[in-house]
Amino acid sequence: MASKKNININLKIWRQKNGKAKGQLVDYKLDNVSTDSSFLEMLDQLNEQLVSQKQEPIAFDHDCREGICGMCSLYINGRAHGPDTGITTCQLHMRMFKDGDTIYVEPWRSRAFPIIKDLVVDRSSFDRIQQAGGFVSVNTSGRTIDANAIPVPKDDADKAFEAAACIGCGACVATCKNGSAMLFVGAKVSQYALLPQGKVEATQRVLNMVRQMDEEGFGNCTNTGACEIECPKGISLENIARMNREYLKASIK
Amino acid sequence: MKLDSKIPEGHISEKWTNHKNNLKLVAPNNRPKIDIIVVGTGLAGAAAAASLGEMGYNVKAFCFQDSPRRAHSIAAQGGINAAKNYQNDGDSTYRLFYDTIKGGDYRAREANVHRLAEVSGNIIDQCVAQGVPFAREYGGMLDNRSFGGTQVQRTFYAAGQTGQQLLLGAYSALSRQIGLGRVQMFNRHEMLDLVKVDGKARGIIARNLVTGEIERHSAHAVIIASGGYGNVYFLSTNAMGSNVTAAWKIHRQGALFANPCFVQIHPTCIPVHGTNQSKLTLMSESLRNSGRIWVPKKKEDAEAIRAGKLKPTQIAEEDRDYFLERRYPAFGNLVPRDVASRAAKERCDAGFGIEANDTNEGVYLDFSTEIQNKGKQAAYAAGNHNPSAEEITRLGKKWLEEKYGNLFTMYQKITDENPYETPMKIYPAVHYTMGGVWVDYNLQSTIPGCFVAGEANFSDHGANRLGASALMQGLADGYFVLPYTVSNYLADDIRTGKISTSSPEFDEAEKRVKDQINNFLSNNGSKSVDHFHKRLGLIMWNKVGMGRNAEGLKEAVSEIAALREEFYKEVYVPGSADELNPELEKALRVADFIELGQLMAMDALQRNESCGGHFREEYQDAEGETLRDDANFSFVGAWEYKGDDISKEELHKEELKYEFIKIAARNYK
Repeated sequence: MASKKNININLKIWRQKNGKAKGQLVDYKLDNVSTDSSFLEMLDQLNEQLVSQKQEPIAFDHDCREGICGMCSLYINGRAHGPDTGITTCQLHMRMFKDGDTIYVEPWRSRAFPIIKDLVVDRSSFDRIQQAGGFVSVNTSGRTIDANAIPVPKDDADKAFEAAACIGCGACVATCKNGSAMLFVGAKVSQYALLPQGKVEATQRVLNMVRQMDEEGFGNCTNTGACEIECPKGISLENIARMNREYLKASIK
Repeated sequence: MKLDSKIPEGHISEKWTNHKNNLKLVAPNNRPKIDIIVVGTGLAGAAAAASLGEMGYNVKAFCFQDSPRRAHSIAAQGGINAAKNYQNDGDSTYRLFYDTIKGGDYRAREANVHRLAEVSGNIIDQCVAQGVPFAREYGGMLDNRSFGGTQVQRTFYAAGQTGQQLLLGAYSALSRQIGLGRVQMFNRHEMLDLVKVDGKARGIIARNLVTGEIERHSAHAVIIASGGYGNVYFLSTNAMGSNVTAAWKIHRQGALFANPCFVQIHPTCIPVHGTNQSKLTLMSESLRNSGRIWVPKKKEDAEAIRAGKLKPTQIAEEDRDYFLERRYPAFGNLVPRDVASRAAKERCDAGFGIEANDTNEGVYLDFSTEIQNKGKQAAYAAGNHNPSAEEITRLGKKWLEEKYGNLFTMYQKITDENPYETPMKIYPAVHYTMGGVWVDYNLQSTIPGCFVAGEANFSDHGANRLGASALMQGLADGYFVLPYTVSNYLADDIRTGKISTSSPEFDEAEKRVKDQINNFLSNNGSKSVDHFHKRLGLIMWNKVGMGRNAEGLKEAVSEIAALREEFYKEVYVPGSADELNPELEKALRVADFIELGQLMAMDALQRNESCGGHFREEYQDAEGETLRDDANFSFVGAWEYKGDDISKEELHKEELKYEFIKIAARNYK
């Protein structure tokens, strides 16, 4: 590809045996990293090196490696998903770094995302918020009404889609100084609030999801906007505003 | 063993309706007495778990990811087919059925495919009712687009993220049932064996991937919806964790594995860049609507490009070989996937590849013609009938950006090249597996009570899957087939009572799992799991890939058998059993991939014909097209496990009968 070259890097990576153990940054040196490699391929290369030295490799979450499953995370040099915008860590490439760089790699940091091991955290709090109300209560039948029976204005459908594009990675929470999940919850509330299918349960949905969000220990939103900047899918702050309106409406009903 | 596909009697359009009318039911008050296990939470698994939970059964669902929402269905880009005929272009259930059978090169089961087409419309209704934000037109109605191998617009989509939106729809239905307590969800759990009691599937052994605990779970029926096995090639468009283990374990317990050699190699993926590459990235099939595929006509030009001495934009129009347009004038760049992939390989094998990687494997996907066409149109539409060349180029690029912006950005992030200025480099990559566990019409495997859905089964796509059909099949199986057929099976279990996990059968299955784990962790090897996985991948790609021949396949069989031995002797797995241990997880998966790889080579070797994605070099016509042999190979090849020596597996044949479709040669010229 365009830039065929290799670099040598230094890494400081968070190692932690398990949720109860104390963790620390550990130094590693890795040579001959292709700048065409993705960041996770660089970690694969480091892990191969560790295994060949009979050391335990670094645990990190990842799956699709094309920016859509939301499983990869990582705080890289103090930024969620690293020093590039509009991407997940698996889409970050080593050409963003220079020969001789020292790179800090840490897990998501938030009370509601406890560490499981090394760079792996537990994001099941997101699942529980979804279970509290992130759905339309329709049973499987395929015999509701024809899909075209209720027209949806294109603008609403597009906005609902943009909100629904959230991949649930948790970068918004990790990057927020308050550890707030309001961008995540706001996106889900918005998707349904913008569509006629979601209107019937709108009141209960927003109340239930916000209640669960608070129970999980996420912080509150103070309109800093860091979440929007680091969101790999460009989910807009508008969704938080929409959720606040929905919540207010539901609360005074 | 006699394979009984249990296809209902009657006309093809009445089979499913009649069958449903005759299936046994379980009354609502009896359902809470019955447990069902679902392994995998992609479209098929999440849809099945949600639907069965709603009905009132006790469902336990398992996924190895940290959340059911991560399943790899999420990565599907293009769309989902349904015979709604909203565009009034003559679509019908029959046409979708016909296109799918033809696209599969007449190696799929008629009755299953017709059922798929019948329920396709219900899927769209269901998803819209759930709040899936499909693309819409300005009038508020659903939008459609075309895909390869069809002449109608029946594909529903949500930008380039259709799989994501459908999976999140199914995940929301599943989440609702989890919240209501009807489905118990086990994230970060991997099924490592099936438990059979009196010949019936009665539970699984699963490993909690966080604590390492080996758990016993019992049920009256087990549904496997664990996806495809493309990662047997190491490099594929699959997610890193996608694996065959659940499907392979039931195979080892007696479920036949059908047509393992039917693999889809997708033509438009970003080429391999180096030895540390972990996966390949797809560029949506929709790009072939606007891009023209070519390589240089002269070998010296290809060599100069690879050496970096020449740029593709410097090659004159008359020195470019638009090989798909040349070979297939009627369909051009929109031939089906298998045809496009083979044509690219043919050019690269002949020395015209343009990528400067180890194998020179790459061809161009060029948007410059489209930029000119669309730019001119846009200028005219704006009232400028005498646009300058710069104006045309600017408007053309703007059009491309609106249509494919996210894909172009993704390409640029990965390759560091700007596809608006220089053609994309692409090459085929392993994408989808049509083969899978053999199932009857009820989606039940040869083990009673063990059902298989979605990509994990073999049933609907024959030897080649058409674009936008995988999402359709996953949801059809999960929402609209399994709830009926699983209930029919469970109707005999209403008096069975809870299945105990304290039985010799559970003891034995648990011991198998623990022994395998202990063997890996105590092995005195020195090579990593990936070392073996990559070697397996190379054998598979070179000898069981896009072009196959008897000699190479025989070599593959023996090389993989030898690799298996070396793997068990030489692999080193660090860490312990009672913690999060990704290397151990990989070792357990690669062990199964190696066995499957050997079976794939055996299956490709016995199939002395070329059909769909299975191209045997010995069976081609003078122009290099596939030569199918309907007289001898119109069957499903289903393999029976006969012990650790895979070469002993026994082939069973299910004859394919085409009563309602006339078999013909596929012709895209």
